[in-house]
Amino acid sequence: MPILTISGLRKSFGTTEVLKGIDLSVSNRELVFIIGPSGSGKSTLLRCINRLEEPTGGGIAFDGVEVTDRSTDLNALRRSMGMVFQSFNLYPHMTALANVTLALRKVLKKSRDEADAIGREALAKVGLSDKTASYPSELSGGQQQRVAIARALALDPKIVLFDEPTSALDPELVGSVLAVMRDLKAGGMTMLVVSHELRFARDAADRVIFMDQGHIVEEGPPSAIFNEPREARTRAFVAGLLR
Amino acid sequence: MTAWERFLETFFKPELMVQYWPDILEGVVVTVQIAAAVVVTGLALGLMLASVRAYQVRFLNLFIVIFVDVFRALPPLVAILLIYFGLPNIDIVLPSFAVLWLVLSFVLAAFAEEIFWAGITSTPKGQWEAARSTGLTFSQTLLSVVLPQAIRLGIPPLTNRTIAITKNTALGTVIGVSEILSQATSAQAFTGNATPLMMGALAYIILFIPIVAVGRWIETRFAWRRA
Repeated sequence: MPILTISGLRKSFGTTEVLKGIDLSVSNRELVFIIGPSGSGKSTLLRCINRLEEPTGGGIAFDGVEVTDRSTDLNALRRSMGMVFQSFNLYPHMTALANVTLALRKVLKKSRDEADAIGREALAKVGLSDKTASYPSELSGGQQQRVAIARALALDPKIVLFDEPTSALDPELVGSVLAVMRDLKAGGMTMLVVSHELRFARDAADRVIFMDQGHIVEEGPPSAIFNEPREARTRAFVAGLLR
Repeated sequence: MTAWERFLETFFKPELMVQYWPDILEGVVVTVQIAAAVVVTGLALGLMLASVRAYQVRFLNLFIVIFVDVFRALPPLVAILLIYFGLPNIDIVLPSFAVLWLVLSFVLAAFAEEIFWAGITSTPKGQWEAARSTGLTFSQTLLSVVLPQAIRLGIPPLTNRTIAITKNTALGTVIGVSEILSQATSAQAFTGNATPLMMGALAYIILFIPIVAVGRWIETRFAWRRA
């Protein structure tokens, strides 16, 4: 029984159609990787799932709720979907702990003590127990991204959406973020990841999706997509990544 | 009488200084009260208007933009005279200090709205998205995430503007608000000597130099380190 079922999803920006009918389902505890050339619609797909972008057509069912229904409580829905951004998007005027606890206090109405306890636990999970009082500007890119992951985890989401989480990082900082994602996977978190970290995809992904020009071209286990892709477009893209 | 003696006699006559310093001091108190009131209400109103504008309700935004443009374009003196001498004709009589306070508050609010609004629009889109993706509502995001950054961004341009507008309390003299300049000019009229005016000028300098210094301190203190 999939936790996320996307059917016939379409999204246009003006006259440009970016998603041209996407069908995709993600099972509980599954780690699904989405790869594809820039402009293929990967990020837009992710952003439609929690409706940061408003889909133009099609359906998204998440944990028994139809995401695109007008009557759906969007803010309640978003609590159960974590999102991690390429540019971290930490709040620069707040400490790491305050970044993590803001939604706990404002959305879940937890007391400061309760929120802080959950926040510290989330920061410990990403290996930043000693940085609770640091401001984003005092942290490295890798540390900032781990705070952003802790911010998503603190709400105890049922899925975490990763939008190119390591693309803005210096190469030597990528490993710390991937290690956290590996831990999450081991803990049974359902994850949908847009990324070009091939080695990580090989090791950790249950399934790899290749997107191009608004379509899902091919999907399968990492070994199949990377070693013996069926489609010419997939082959060309994967060859380019491996070079 | 030498030129130097005549200069001292005109601008620094000791007897007049002794006689009129209580009047000038009274003016200082009034100026400080009005300036403080203008800063509080002007900045609060400006912040409120910028926040309302963020909701993008068309007729409200139209109203805000018109209000802001009118009060940025209109010389404050014209607005003061118009309200003070105009409104009584439709049976609305406001005390002169209230007119001065209202007009200067509106002018400061107009400029502050533009500065806060610029801060709101220059807060990266990703800040909104991060907050909304954790379930915060639009209002919660505006209040907890965007406004603190917008205010901080606005502080340097606001300090200058706030100082410039509070100095306009001197315009109260034309409608008889007993602030510094008003006290000084009436004393000057009585005595036919410029000493009270010089005392008024000194009072402004003594009053505003610390404020200018604090403004400079605030500007450097809040120079924003972008993450």
